[in-house]
Amino acid sequence: MFVAKSIAADHKDLIHDVSYDFHGRRMATCSSDQSVKVWDKGDDGEWRCTASWKTHSGSVWRVTWAHPEFGQVLASCSFDRTAAVWEEIVGESNDKQRGQSHWIKRTTLVDSRTSVTDVKFAPKHMGLMLTTCSADGVVRIYEAPDVMNLSQWSLQHEISCKLSCSCISWNPSSSRAHPPMIAVGSDDSNVTYSGKVQIYEYNENTRKYAKAETLMTVTDPVHDITFAPNLGRSFHVLAIATKDVRIFKLVPLRRESANSSGPTKFEVQVMAQFDSHNSQVWRVSWNITSTLLASSGDDGCVRLWKANYMDNWKCTGILRGDGSPVNGSGHAAALSAVGVPGAAQMLVGATSAGRYVTAGTRSLMPYILGILRCLFSFMTGTQHILYSGTT
Amino acid sequence: MEEVDVEPSPTLIPSAGFHQRHLGFEWGPGDLLVYETNYKLQGPRSAGSPFVHIVWKDEDICSPILRKLFNESHLIFVGLQKIKEDMPSKNKKSQFVSISKNYRSVIRACMEELQQNAVSTQEGSLASQYGDQVSILLAIELIWNLCEVLFIDAAPAGSLLLHLLDWVRLHKSDVDARAREVLQSDSPAHHQSYWDVVISLVLQGRVDEARQVLSKQASLRAESSSVFKRMDVLLHTMPIFNPTGTQTLTEFDVKWRHWHEECDRCLQDNTFASNRHLETICKILVGDEDTILEQKELLSTWYHFLVTRLLFTHPTIKPPDLHYYAQVHTTSPILLSLRYCYKQCIYHTCVCVCVCVSLWQLAVDYFDHCPEFGRVYLELQIERVPLDTERKAIKVLRICEDRQMSEQVRSICKIMAKRALRNNRLGSALSWSIRAKDAAFATLISERFLQDYCNKGSFTDLDLLDNLGPAMLLSDRLTFLGKYREFHRLYGENRFSEAAKLLLSLMTAKIAPRSLWMTLLTDALPLLEQKEVIFSVDQTYELMSCLEELNSGTKDSSQTDQDEDIESTKTELLRLALARNLAMAIVKEGTIET
Repeated sequence: MFVAKSIAADHKDLIHDVSYDFHGRRMATCSSDQSVKVWDKGDDGEWRCTASWKTHSGSVWRVTWAHPEFGQVLASCSFDRTAAVWEEIVGESNDKQRGQSHWIKRTTLVDSRTSVTDVKFAPKHMGLMLTTCSADGVVRIYEAPDVMNLSQWSLQHEISCKLSCSCISWNPSSSRAHPPMIAVGSDDSNVTYSGKVQIYEYNENTRKYAKAETLMTVTDPVHDITFAPNLGRSFHVLAIATKDVRIFKLVPLRRESANSSGPTKFEVQVMAQFDSHNSQVWRVSWNITSTLLASSGDDGCVRLWKANYMDNWKCTGILRGDGSPVNGSGHAAALSAVGVPGAAQMLVGATSAGRYVTAGTRSLMPYILGILRCLFSFMTGTQHILYSGTT
Repeated sequence: MEEVDVEPSPTLIPSAGFHQRHLGFEWGPGDLLVYETNYKLQGPRSAGSPFVHIVWKDEDICSPILRKLFNESHLIFVGLQKIKEDMPSKNKKSQFVSISKNYRSVIRACMEELQQNAVSTQEGSLASQYGDQVSILLAIELIWNLCEVLFIDAAPAGSLLLHLLDWVRLHKSDVDARAREVLQSDSPAHHQSYWDVVISLVLQGRVDEARQVLSKQASLRAESSSVFKRMDVLLHTMPIFNPTGTQTLTEFDVKWRHWHEECDRCLQDNTFASNRHLETICKILVGDEDTILEQKELLSTWYHFLVTRLLFTHPTIKPPDLHYYAQVHTTSPILLSLRYCYKQCIYHTCVCVCVCVSLWQLAVDYFDHCPEFGRVYLELQIERVPLDTERKAIKVLRICEDRQMSEQVRSICKIMAKRALRNNRLGSALSWSIRAKDAAFATLISERFLQDYCNKGSFTDLDLLDNLGPAMLLSDRLTFLGKYREFHRLYGENRFSEAAKLLLSLMTAKIAPRSLWMTLLTDALPLLEQKEVIFSVDQTYELMSCLEELNSGTKDSSQTDQDEDIESTKTELLRLALARNLAMAIVKEGTIET
């Protein structure tokens, strides 16, 4: 891996979240400077800031895009106890020439009494629904019934979690076999309610969300939580950032017909647990096909995790800051900002980044090496199949 | 052999980690964004590094040599698509096999070029990078080949083993080099590798060549020549299945069993007791597991062992049996990992290729061949292809439609419709909604069309509206829009009575929304004012009742006094026109034509 490009984000304070849009051609950044910036990737591969505006009266913690079926829509949440929805307006032609676009606020959601810690859109098959969670322990689900009029949002559900909430994740599965499901993580240090991950499920009959499961084995504060894309499986996979990285498998148990009105019961299994960060883990996120999990920890590293055919998980990549200050000119040292990696880029990558195998064609190496090692181990009589990482 | 888990060495992100120690990240299409941040939300903070860094994982993909590989593969796969369409399914397998072989040869060509580059380059790190790529491609090709034999080209009994033997020979080419070395030496029979070469050839089933090398020995030792002759006969008479020949599998099997018994008899009779090498060879011919296993130095791989053992015990093997054999002789995870690797080979190729903007279409074909998860991965990835232009969107759509990915089709059309609507391109938005079969959106856009008409007095996108056809039925409002436009067209063509009939039916059949009835009645005015009577008596009565129905409804409280005045004036005008028309129509219908 190597750094192909560095973009000067120009925020006046710390960046708290960066979010790609669905197609990966636009990016939104938000910061403690209370603003959100939107970046567009041009045909030349260069990123340009096309909008920058003040969104809140406090640090903006998260920013997220709605599905493009609903248009160009962003949501942000902040320390100022509000969440807001923004829509891009097609501007005047001279704006387009200057490469600027306008975003206007469609609504402010002011129901929370404390800092709003996460904001997520629900999967698109549920319509245009926005979810927030706050330090006041309440998860709120809003819906815009008329997708052409984004100024009208109604609060559909309020889920009281009894613990200060830090993160939420919707199960992306649109299968009819799974009712809508949301996982909520808490960073509360309360010991009375020890299970820090709760899973709520929508009940068609009562038209309400009911708690389906609490992961009692997760007792430490949870900072991030994310369902993996479903891939047509019958079970769900949930990654959690807590004092370590944990991946849970939730297998829906068959309902007895008598009890069909309650939420689904799950069998909870731990698929993996990594404490390589050796410290608090703050973020976890799956790639699009859920083949890779990335985690970020207190050790200042981002780690990439991948499973082999036997569901053994390994770390396949590490990113870490080099601890160097930004130099006077404001540009990252020794890196050209040219987009297309040419030979020079490869050299830089090779010298500063070293050799390792990560995703892409190179990640075949572990499998190939694994197979070759199997062969040799077979020939020497040991029948262990050992999956190894890189040398 | 114990393996120690080794962590990969970290990639360093420049100017991060100095002010703030956490690294934030975000997955992108083929890359990863990282930035300096602080997740501890409380406490004093200073500003961090202002940079967002894009980390590439797949730097090799865009190298020119590998691009060539992908482009050539693309050509092969384009051919594959054509075959899918043209050929009946039972002929497809042979085509798939030849394509697989074609693809492997493309990989080998790429490997050779990389190898040349690795040798010629001055730059040390580049050379080792090329070297890495070569070894990866080599491994890919090897595994692909094996998988081709096992999974794609699941050959019938008899042929399967021959394919496997071919494969082993291809990938164990050092035997030829050693054989050449031995034969070219002064005294081949005394060469230290002599017996190794003979045995290797036998292990690969290359009995004629083994005989040739053996003959060097035989010529030397006159006294033991009978033993060598015996071995020569055994090797010579070994039946090899000829799939193109006239011999049936059963006939071959019988013949082979006879030969096998003959070899066994030689062992029982201690025919080769005088020469341990010949004894070994005879044991191999009989398929003795332990003996073959003893040759592990020469075999060096489990699959070679497996193929050799099959050759001498069960030459008529079929693919399903192969799995059993593989399981018996190795722990099954090896075969599992092989399958997994095969899937991953294809999958990773697709993902990497998806990243290369211009090669995404190639990825689709790869995904199609990816067993088990291919379709799901494709569904996930195809949605993310940026729809920069209408042309590209149509390409992506065609791919989805071909594979009956109806949800993806709907989604893409919806995205395009929404985008067109935002940019006020109503015609484009409407045609995308129709393609998405999105009735709600079609209704919305029809409303906009009608609004525009009310404001401007004319329709836009006449081409589209005139040619809606059965798509009109998608939503009531769309049907009305289409029919209303038809009314205007008929009027423009002076086909007044048809226009009149249509206009009336729009109201009486309740296709028109109430809010537009006044507009429609106003449209009727010029028809009523014509010298000729267009609306019949009955039709006029119906129009009158429509007008009265409209007026009997509750008054719109938001109307201003001025609006009310206009409305009542309109109503008066209409009543007058209708009354006059009624009079003329009664007279006309009452007149007897003379």
